[in-house]
Amino acid sequence: MATTNSVASNPKSWTLRLRKAIDRHLPMDHLLPDRQPYYVGSWVYVFGVVTIAALVWVVVSGVVLSFMGPQWWHDSRLGRFFNSLHFWSVQLFFIFMVLHLWGQYFMAGWRSGRAATWMIGVVIFAVSILTAFTGYLSQQNFDSQFIAINAKDAMNAAGAGAFFNVLNFGQMYGLHVMLLPIGVTILVVIHIVMVRTRGVVKPIDPEGSSRSHGEASDFVGIKGSVK
Amino acid sequence: MDSPATYFHWGFILISVPNLVVIGGMIVLFAIALVAPFPHSEEGDDGHDK
Amino acid sequence: MIRPMGATQDEYYRGVRMVPYDLVKELFLALGGVGVLAVLVALILSSPDVGPVTIATWAHQDPVDFVTTATSELAATTVSGGYGNPYNTAGPGQSWGPIAPQKWFGTRIPVDSGNAFVIQPLQRASVGNTDLGTALSMWQAASSGDQAKWLDAYTKALANATVTDGKVTVAASDTYGPLTVMMSNLLGIAQAGGLDGLLVINGRFYQTDYTQPLLFIGDSGYLSGLASDAHLTGSQWGMMNETGSYPGQTWLWLYTMWYQVPPFTSPDGFLGLNMSNADLGIIILMTILTAALALVPFIPGLRDIPRWVPIHRLIWRRYYAPRKAAPRS
Repeated sequence: MATTNSVASNPKSWTLRLRKAIDRHLPMDHLLPDRQPYYVGSWVYVFGVVTIAALVWVVVSGVVLSFMGPQWWHDSRLGRFFNSLHFWSVQLFFIFMVLHLWGQYFMAGWRSGRAATWMIGVVIFAVSILTAFTGYLSQQNFDSQFIAINAKDAMNAAGAGAFFNVLNFGQMYGLHVMLLPIGVTILVVIHIVMVRTRGVVKPIDPEGSSRSHGEASDFVGIKGSVK
Repeated sequence: MDSPATYFHWGFILISVPNLVVIGGMIVLFAIALVAPFPHSEEGDDGHDK
Repeated sequence: MIRPMGATQDEYYRGVRMVPYDLVKELFLALGGVGVLAVLVALILSSPDVGPVTIATWAHQDPVDFVTTATSELAATTVSGGYGNPYNTAGPGQSWGPIAPQKWFGTRIPVDSGNAFVIQPLQRASVGNTDLGTALSMWQAASSGDQAKWLDAYTKALANATVTDGKVTVAASDTYGPLTVMMSNLLGIAQAGGLDGLLVINGRFYQTDYTQPLLFIGDSGYLSGLASDAHLTGSQWGMMNETGSYPGQTWLWLYTMWYQVPPFTSPDGFLGLNMSNADLGIIILMTILTAALALVPFIPGLRDIPRWVPIHRLIWRRYYAPRKAAPRS
């Protein structure tokens, strides 16, 4: 490849090393492949991307709500619509995320070096629950009052209540509109990069079958068989 | 939608109809996803490896 | 050593037939499909918004409960009055053997219920109100023994209180000390909306922390009555439920389930876990179960179930089908 300068690259360059690491681990045609193994042919595979789609709608409706302030949806019909959009997008998000979890569980999607992908997925689940919880607390209506009063007991019993005060609307709202969505988004990006880096897991083979390339060890450990 | 929901009481389980609809719907959706035919390409689906 | 997964992915898929698959189009179809669905459901079903309870509503709807709660605040017999950390040191908090995180971090959100919810608001209102001023002085100057006697007598009398024109009347007696004057004034302030203002603003101007008014309302029978009607309380799987006919947080089913079963429903329980430390016990249990979910790839048995349950054979039926046919050359 011709370059405009004739100066040789410095192999110790951090920039060069970062670029080469990215090229090794996630070249563009693995990040955005236009092919998949032929066995990726079930609607169960669709639950992941549909979860992401629901998350996009959660964030979009959430941005509108936060732009207009936390009281808008109580006083305006348009505001109420965006709150409804946010509410139902969240329902869809959790529905599809759990369906995706069921699918990945029954496919044993953690095999062949994919355990970390599974674990990040569980962390996303937990952080999403926390995000939804702070959202319910931010509603400023009867539901949020009772949730706050009730949930404080669990938080206090765990010691977390001293730092995470569910009765403090300002704290809960700030966590909900900024810190936790950033957390969820970063985790989802990591999760997707991990899926694209490793590719879709192969079907489960019974032990000792002729197609087995050591897949019996698929179920063991972190790396297992990477064949 | 603002009227109180109906609740099913079965042993120690107490669940609202809307929640039951969501959970039941998820199970149905998963079952459909398992069996519904998925559109696939024309590149020979005899399953043979290249 | 980090394996270069890119190259390894080529190894992983060696010999596997690849077919065209448009991930980006799939994403846009998903965005469109989910968007249409969410917009339609939002337009047709809307979302729940039951208005909040104010101290004023509470004082109007159930004045006896209001006065009873306020009296109990002075006696420190309310939930918040005897809570323990992080609000005060009046109670031990929840513990399981040596595990007592509720105590470990101290009184980081100090709330003196009787003072905050009753005495201070009355002090502000006593400006220009000599009867109230006299009653308050009598209360402040009294010994704790006298205060306890008045509280006891008045609490017992409240059990048979009547309501006339929004005012609470108890059987006439001179054993209540200044409490009747104090409580009728507090009720008046509350019904006029003044107590909401005083507890929320708390002497400041800008405010986003509702700890005080929520703790006060939370001490009432009124709020828990409304919550019970809406199936929101802990013993009704309440965490999962929503007001009206809307779905709730169904994903919390396992968390709320433990509150419905032994040992968390019984006073004696099992292995030191019972009703009184249910919150702590269940949080520990759910932490363990969530960690177990994350660690499924490493847990024998749990990670093998997918191989035993033939759901994967449906998902990958195109992969498995040719093996049933006679071997081809």
